[in-house]
Amino acid sequence: MVENRPWLTFFSHFVLILGVLAIAFPLWITFVASTHTLEAIMQVPMPLWPGDQLVENYTQVLTAGSTMGSKAAAGQMLVNSLVMALVIPLGKMVISIISAFAIVYFRFPLRMFFFWMIFITLMLPVEVRIIPTFKVIADLGMLNTYAGLTVPLIASATATFLFRQFFMTIPDEFAEAARVDGASPMRFFWDVLMPLSKTTMAALFVIQFIYGWNQYLWPLLITTDESMYTTVIGIKRMIVGSDAANEWNLIMATAILAMLPPALVVMLMQKWFVKGLVETEK
Amino acid sequence: MAAVHLRDVRKSYTPELQVIHGVSMEIKDGEFIVILGPSGCGKSTLLRMVAGLETITAGEIAIGERVVNNLEPKDRDIAMVFQNYALYPHMSVYDNMSYGLRIKGLPKEEIDSRVKRAAEILELKNFLDRKPRALSGGQRQRVAMGRAIVREPQVFLFDEPLSNLDAKLRVQMRGELQALHRRLGTTSLFVTHDQVEAMTLAQRMIVMNAGRAEQIGAPLEVYAKPATTFVAGFLGSPPMNLIPKDGKLLGVRPEHLEPCSASEAMLTIEVDLIEPLGADTLVYGHLGTPGGDASSTRVATRLPADRPAQAGRLAVRYAASNAHWFDPASGKRIEA
Repeated sequence: MVENRPWLTFFSHFVLILGVLAIAFPLWITFVASTHTLEAIMQVPMPLWPGDQLVENYTQVLTAGSTMGSKAAAGQMLVNSLVMALVIPLGKMVISIISAFAIVYFRFPLRMFFFWMIFITLMLPVEVRIIPTFKVIADLGMLNTYAGLTVPLIASATATFLFRQFFMTIPDEFAEAARVDGASPMRFFWDVLMPLSKTTMAALFVIQFIYGWNQYLWPLLITTDESMYTTVIGIKRMIVGSDAANEWNLIMATAILAMLPPALVVMLMQKWFVKGLVETEK
Repeated sequence: MAAVHLRDVRKSYTPELQVIHGVSMEIKDGEFIVILGPSGCGKSTLLRMVAGLETITAGEIAIGERVVNNLEPKDRDIAMVFQNYALYPHMSVYDNMSYGLRIKGLPKEEIDSRVKRAAEILELKNFLDRKPRALSGGQRQRVAMGRAIVREPQVFLFDEPLSNLDAKLRVQMRGELQALHRRLGTTSLFVTHDQVEAMTLAQRMIVMNAGRAEQIGAPLEVYAKPATTFVAGFLGSPPMNLIPKDGKLLGVRPEHLEPCSASEAMLTIEVDLIEPLGADTLVYGHLGTPGGDASSTRVATRLPADRPAQAGRLAVRYAASNAHWFDPASGKRIEA
C-alpha cells in the first residue's frame, strides 16, 4: 500500500506479531522445557528461559531414550523416521509419475475406468482401510519391518492426480515433436517429461516427506519392537502414566528432534516447493 | 528431396464425422505448396496426416515412391515446424536442434557439423547455448526451423509457423522462408489461414473448405480465375463482390470497379462505409436497384486515394474481361 496511515500500519503489525507469538510461544516452551531438569520444569510457574541441561537431556534421549518410559534411543528412531519419510515420497513419485504418464499419453482400453479407480481411492484414507491393510501386512510377515512401514502408504491417488494435471498442461506438440524426432515413448518420458516435472516433484517431495514423517496411526499399529519405533511413536511410548511420572524434559527434547527434519526440508526446498505449486516451466 | 502424392486422401473420426473428403494432389519434387483455408477446414489435419500424427482413413499418401500410410512419423523422412514451435524448454538451442539426430544415433561430429551449418544459415550461432525462454519470438521460430533443417528431410511440413509472430516479424520471416527454400530446394507443405502468406510463399496452393480442396493452382492463377464462389469470397481483401444477376452470380473484384458517370453506370452503390487506407480508399455499400431502393447485397470497391469518396450514390462500371460468372446452386465457375 502506498497510503501513509501510521495507525493502520501499527494495527496490522500488532495483529501479525500476535499471530507469530501464538504460534511461536508453545515451540519456545517446548524448547525451554527440553533444557531443564525434570524437577525444574515441574515447578509452578515453569521457567521461561533455557536452563543448563541441554546437552545432558539431548544426549540422554538420543542414546538411551527415557528412563521411566520407553528405552528406545531417539537416534535409532530418527533413522527409522527418516527411512519412512524418504521411502514413502520417493516410492509415491516413481509409481505416480508412471501411472500418470500412462493415463495421459496412452489410449488403452478402460483407461478412464482405471483413472477413476485411482481417483476414488482418494476417498479412502489410511484410517478407513487400516484393519484389512494390517491383516495383509501381518499375514505377509511384514510387521516390524521397513517394508511394512512404507509399502502400504506408497500408493497415492493425490500424487497421480497432481502429475496427471501437470502433464495435461504440457502442450501436445511436445509429444508430437518427440514422435517426429523419433523418440520412443519411454525416451520422451525420460528426456522431456521428467526434466519438466522437476518442480512438481520437488513440491510433492516436500508434502510427502512431512506426510511420511508425521505418520502416527500406522506405525503405532505395526511396530512393537523398540528398534522399529519412529520418532512420533517414540514420543507416545515415552508417556507412560500420570503427569508426574513422565520425564517431560526428555519428551520435549524428543519433540524438538521430531520437529527439526520437516522444518529443515521445508526451509531448504521452499523455493522449489513454491515454484512447483505456482509456476510451470513451458 | 522427394515428390509427395496424395491420392483421394480421406479422414473420418466416426462414420458420420468426416473431416477430409478425398483430397488428391501431386506435389512435385522441390515444390513449395501452401494449404490455405479458414479455421476448421481440415488443412492442419491434412498436414498432420502427411506427417503421420493422424491416421489415414482411406486413400494413400506417398513420399517419393514409398507409400507411408502405416509408417511412424520418424520413418517418413519428414520434418515438422509447429505453430507454437514445441521447443523443449529445458534444453539448450543446440540440444533442441540435435535431439532427433542423437536419437537416430548419428556420430557426434556429424551432428555437430549439421547443427553448426543450420545455425549459420539461420544466424543462430551466438544463441546455441541459450534456453528457448531466453530467445525472442523470431529467434524461437528460427530454432524450430533449425530443428527441421538438421534432419535433412525429404519434406518440410509447416503448421502455421508464422501466426505467433507480430506483423513485422511475420513479413521478415516470410522473406527468410522464401530464401531458405530457394537455398535448400526441399519440398515443402505450408499450412496457413493468412492469404497474404499464401500468395507470397506458394508456388502452388490448395484452397480448402470444409474438408475439400476447392481449387489447386498457382496463386495468381487462383486469384485471377477462382474456381468456386468460396475461393472468390476467400481470396482478396476485401474479397470479390458476388452479385446475383440474370439467374447467375456475377463476381467482380473491388479493384476492378471504377467510378463513372451515372449514364455509364453498370452498378450503383449506396455508400455507407468509407475506409481511407492512404494508398487507396475502400468504399462499401449496398447495391442500388434501378428503382432507387438499396438491395441487401453488399458491394465493396477500391478507389485510388486521389478520388474523393463520399456517402451517397456511387456509379461504377467494370470491364467485361474482369467479370466472373458462377452457378448460384453449385457455386462453380461458369466459363464464358
